[in-house]
Amino acid sequence: MEKFTTLSSVAAFLREANIDTDKIIPARFLKTTTCSGLGVHAFDAMRYTADGAENPDFILNREPWRKAKILITYENLGCGSSREHAVWALLDFGIRCVIAPSFADIFFNNCFKNGILPIALPRNVCETLMHDAGTATSDTKVELTIDLVRQMVIRPNREEIPFEVDPFRKRLLLEGLDDIGQTLQHESRIIDYENRQRQEKPWLPSIYIH
Amino acid sequence: MGPRTLFDKIWDDHVVELLPNGTAILYIDRHFVHEVTSPQAFERLRLAGRKLRHPENTLAVVDHDVPTSDRTLPIEDPESRHQIEMLERNVREFGVPYFPLLSADQGIVHVVGPEQGISLPGMTIVCGDSHTSTHGAMGALAFGIGTSEVEHVMATQTILQRRPKNMRITVEGVPSSYVSAKDIVLAIIGHIGTAGGTGHVIEFAGSAIRGLDMAGRMTVCNMAIEAGARAGLVAPDETTFDYIRGRRFAPKGEDFEKAVAYWKTLVTDDGAHFDKEIILRVEDMSPTLTWGTSPETVLPITGFVPDPAHESDETRRAQMEHMLEYMGLKAGQPIAGTPIDVVFIGSCTNSRIEDLRVAAQVVKGRKVANGVRAMVVPGSGHIKQQAEQEGLSQIFVDAGFEWREAGCSMCLGMNPDRLTPKQRCASTSNRNFEGRQGPQGRTHLVSPAMAAAAAVQGCLTDVRELV
Repeated sequence: MEKFTTLSSVAAFLREANIDTDKIIPARFLKTTTCSGLGVHAFDAMRYTADGAENPDFILNREPWRKAKILITYENLGCGSSREHAVWALLDFGIRCVIAPSFADIFFNNCFKNGILPIALPRNVCETLMHDAGTATSDTKVELTIDLVRQMVIRPNREEIPFEVDPFRKRLLLEGLDDIGQTLQHESRIIDYENRQRQEKPWLPSIYIH
Repeated sequence: MGPRTLFDKIWDDHVVELLPNGTAILYIDRHFVHEVTSPQAFERLRLAGRKLRHPENTLAVVDHDVPTSDRTLPIEDPESRHQIEMLERNVREFGVPYFPLLSADQGIVHVVGPEQGISLPGMTIVCGDSHTSTHGAMGALAFGIGTSEVEHVMATQTILQRRPKNMRITVEGVPSSYVSAKDIVLAIIGHIGTAGGTGHVIEFAGSAIRGLDMAGRMTVCNMAIEAGARAGLVAPDETTFDYIRGRRFAPKGEDFEKAVAYWKTLVTDDGAHFDKEIILRVEDMSPTLTWGTSPETVLPITGFVPDPAHESDETRRAQMEHMLEYMGLKAGQPIAGTPIDVVFIGSCTNSRIEDLRVAAQVVKGRKVANGVRAMVVPGSGHIKQQAEQEGLSQIFVDAGFEWREAGCSMCLGMNPDRLTPKQRCASTSNRNFEGRQGPQGRTHLVSPAMAAAAAVQGCLTDVRELV
């Protein structure tokens, strides 16, 4: 997993609430057995016309936002299906940070596991950031900076907006660590638990198929 | 220890270790695996040289991307075939119990788990699928996870979780006829919204929930995720124990009695704290359906499509206008009478034998309306066989329904069962998102009885007028 420390980029934005993971990546693109290559299908229905051409009005097809590494939306981003493909598609497109007033639980977890930082900020702050982002042109560099170490979103006018992040997840992001190794440091406790469970719930069946 | 909720009890019972930041290492009793969200997890395990910690607590099944047409024919879609073959290779290599495509055991993972007695009260259950909440009907803590978490569970039999909050939704009363579990849960989602349960585990309680059979409870818990909840739960009771008794993988004999003694402790204590509490009356509910592209956009079948002009919030108004355009509906029109093109009876929400019986009862002696494509996709091979023995399949076939093999099918539009652009579908599934059942498809979520009524009338219909 790629480390996340600071990030500066133009921000793309969608003035929509409840953007579901079917919208981020429709099921017909879930036939892949790898994590890569999904970026081209991100937001497929909004991004392409019926004949497969790019929809020139969609923000992720327009300069300078087509190179955005930050995406800002309204409430409940990533609701619906648990498909991690939604996060893989965003990542493959180039997104490393998503900002919204709120997130759906599974999507929020999936982001961290893939090195994408989800930041929850109040609606009015998201509006301000969207407004900033909207003033970018292909010539004027209007960038948002995310400083994970200091937990600050830095506006183009240098104003700093603090944000919250779970300290454990912050560390994993900063160091680019996967959490299986972390959990296995506690393996003796897992073994204790399993021994205790065998004692207390001897009736718990295993699945053997003959 | 003070009074605890049902959720608290299951959670506390599975905490292996509480990390200093408040995250718990939570033990997982059952892990269900399917072909779409697992290949990347198996691949990463392989690359890291890791094994499955407990394959005997894991079950793999193919459901999302399988054809529901004749299974004796080769799978036409090469990507689908590849995904299924990949799962078969992975389960062999890692020693995971597996229900193959040609077995009667095969079916939708959330139908199969309870049906086989694999999902039991008091367990923690996960699967790389958001509708894992379904198993909460057994009185288990069951939730959907992403593929990275699938890999984590495979390697460690645990998951890292922050403790969710407690929410209780109590539904009291006796439902009038044709107000089913589906109508109840749609009404609940309409009431609390698609983010109403975010960060919470919802315990469904009250006489109307107690009165549901296990299939109905599964329908309700299945859609808890549509209210944003981490999981849904119903306390296990005699209905639950009767359902489990004798199932293939359930404890037997003395073990069963011991298990029941433990399961009976799985109730919310008097005075336990809920962070959110909602009380509803089932008498206030009617056969319910969705009009828009979010599961919270519900209406009674006697209702009228809402007018965005009455919405004060600007974003919501714009969203409603967009939904009306997408759905091809006009503000103020009665929802009943809207012509439909397709009827889909199936999905992990409503594909159990009880659902098929109700639908068949409405269909019996009638014909699918001209120009309507109607399909029934049973939730498992066993349900399909049982429906055939009970003569239900004949009723559907005589009426002009397609009678198909088990799988997720048109619920998510991944296999060839999809809507074409602008087709309107009365669907017993769980999501009406844009493009969910096929690009530009239009979905109305309904109960099995309402889907059957729509099929024979050719339009969205109040089933009560037919019976």
